[in-house]
Amino acid sequence: MVRQSATRRESGGLGVTTHTNDYVPHAAGYVDNEGPKIVTSRFTDRDSHTLERFEATGGYRSIRSVIAGSPADAAQLVKDAVLLGRGGAGFPAGVKWGFMPPVWPRYLVVNGDESEPGTYKDRLLMEQDPHQLIEGCLITCYALGLNMCFLYVRGEMALAQERIATALNEAYEAGYIGQNIFGTDVGIDIVLHWGAGAYIVGEETALIESLEGNRGMPRLKPPFFPAAKGLYMKPTIVNNVETLSNLPWLFQHGSAAYKQYGSEKSPGSRMLAISGHVNRPGVYEVEQGVVTFRELFYGDNYCQGIRDGNDLKMFIPGGGSAPWFFEDQLDLKIEAADVGAAGSMLGSGAIVVMDETTDAVKACLRVVRFFARESCGKCTPCREGTTWEEQILQRIYDGHGRPEDIDLLLDVGSQISPGPYPVAGWESEGMTPVAFPPKQTTICPLGPSSVAPITSAIRRFRSEFEAKIPDPDDSNSDSTNAEVGS
Amino acid sequence: MSRLTSSSVLLAREIIVRYPRPKSALIPLLHLAQQQNGYVSTESMEHIAELIGVTPAEVLGTCSFYEMFKREPVGRYMINICTNISCQLNGGEELLHHAEEQLGIKPGGTTDDGMFSLEDVECIAACTEAPCLQVNYRYEYNLSNEGFDRMISDLKAGARPDIPLHGTLARVRQHLTQEQSSAIESPEQAGTPVWFASRQPEEKAGA
Repeated sequence: MVRQSATRRESGGLGVTTHTNDYVPHAAGYVDNEGPKIVTSRFTDRDSHTLERFEATGGYRSIRSVIAGSPADAAQLVKDAVLLGRGGAGFPAGVKWGFMPPVWPRYLVVNGDESEPGTYKDRLLMEQDPHQLIEGCLITCYALGLNMCFLYVRGEMALAQERIATALNEAYEAGYIGQNIFGTDVGIDIVLHWGAGAYIVGEETALIESLEGNRGMPRLKPPFFPAAKGLYMKPTIVNNVETLSNLPWLFQHGSAAYKQYGSEKSPGSRMLAISGHVNRPGVYEVEQGVVTFRELFYGDNYCQGIRDGNDLKMFIPGGGSAPWFFEDQLDLKIEAADVGAAGSMLGSGAIVVMDETTDAVKACLRVVRFFARESCGKCTPCREGTTWEEQILQRIYDGHGRPEDIDLLLDVGSQISPGPYPVAGWESEGMTPVAFPPKQTTICPLGPSSVAPITSAIRRFRSEFEAKIPDPDDSNSDSTNAEVGS
Repeated sequence: MSRLTSSSVLLAREIIVRYPRPKSALIPLLHLAQQQNGYVSTESMEHIAELIGVTPAEVLGTCSFYEMFKREPVGRYMINICTNISCQLNGGEELLHHAEEQLGIKPGGTTDDGMFSLEDVECIAACTEAPCLQVNYRYEYNLSNEGFDRMISDLKAGARPDIPLHGTLARVRQHLTQEQSSAIESPEQAGTPVWFASRQPEEKAGA
């Protein structure tokens, strides 16, 4: 079943043979660059979402061979491959699966609620290759011995819902899902479910609440880790769309072939969305732990430099929740462990590049505003704190800030996330990094995430904040718009 | 008019049975109500409560949490402009201001003729294509002011058949009949799948 001897870039089947190094028009933003094509191999085909194309290019072969073997073997292969979760936390999927107690029924829930600022990859995978995701779901259900999978797609993604609904209908019709799949005694159901607009539902326990028909508020854990007590208080695995989309390739080529891509700590590829002030923003599938941020931003195969030849001011390496990086961090590799030690996170593969013309206060305000709007309101430090942060930043930006506001911002942040907050190092100033993750006084990481842009921006660009705050002794300055924090 | 129609109820019953517990169908049924009326009326929430056996307050409690559910009528076309960081860096706020001027409304408002509603929204996962927006959850990428104006005049002229009215998300639904499905049971009834027990080594079977 598994080919263990494939050598890197030798076989056309491993998919590094041809690329146009250009945009693929029907998959908005996707760049067909050189590199492994583990999850994007069909994106260049206009009909990549159809059952016909999927089966003509190796689709539904992995699940057939998986069913011929034992569930335990399938689970072991995923563990061997060190398949790291692609949703944000980067936890190995095989280890997560192992946390399930021997209790039934148990459920698989697919997290397709992609909404971290800057993240754009799960939507492409759902729109362009829904059968690949479905095959990944089937493999997981088989390995875990469960027969009920829910595919939770973000409410705003109408085309992804359409493509997945069509693909599920095709697969049910073909006998690949439902009773006696592929002519065996195995029965597995996959149900498509849409959300309705709430960032917090991307957090796995909030997603489970939402799937139970409730307000999407995270659950306190421990004791209720989803693997033990999740959906309907039964063991539940929540996996990200990209994570599961890796499985068909992984089972077709084996864990040894998979590990020939990427680094030892982070095998395989990642889909990265690079947006902001670069010449060629796009979604690229790249090897983990091999390519550096500098190569990504300036390389001909990737983003081809900063717009107008400008200098880099800062970049977000892993979505709105991630502390900011700067010039000093450009030579880091796209490696979760290294990025974490350097004071941030790779998160969901969302990289936002900002050039020298960017107003640090404005960018900080915008990201913080996101968290203030999306706080679910369950925990007081987050519900109140994110709103304070936004209002203080807004009055600074509007020119009504008070001299004590910068310290007040840091103080409010420390109520949500106590202790030294993760930040990037700044060598020329003798400042060392504080490693990820932050501490939290809240149930989930949303509130603590709102502190990331604040500590990042103030540490690096404090003078920009100060320049916007009027001198209190100047009687002409207007400070009427300042009610918060008094 | 605002309760679910008989065809919506048929669809609702089809949706409810694919969940181990009926309340899980709550959000899908709210979408169904919004598809029928363009918004979620109080009467439709009461009807949904009857269908899944919860109180109307529980339905409202869930409904009011999620941004996509509108509890008052909105325009035929809901225009959601992203102003989050990647779009802000590439003119998303300027696009929003242009839209406000052209439509004569602010985010949260609806034009007098009931054609357009406007919202400034958070990241919609098209960050490399900034600035971007959605009309009834269909994407427009890399949009200039001129492109926005063209889109508006096309919508007014009925020249965008690819964009359904507000409330309709996927135009293809999953069809899952009870004959097709393996066995969707309540969490209390469901046990270890027989196929799994038979594939486990002896000592672990059914563990």
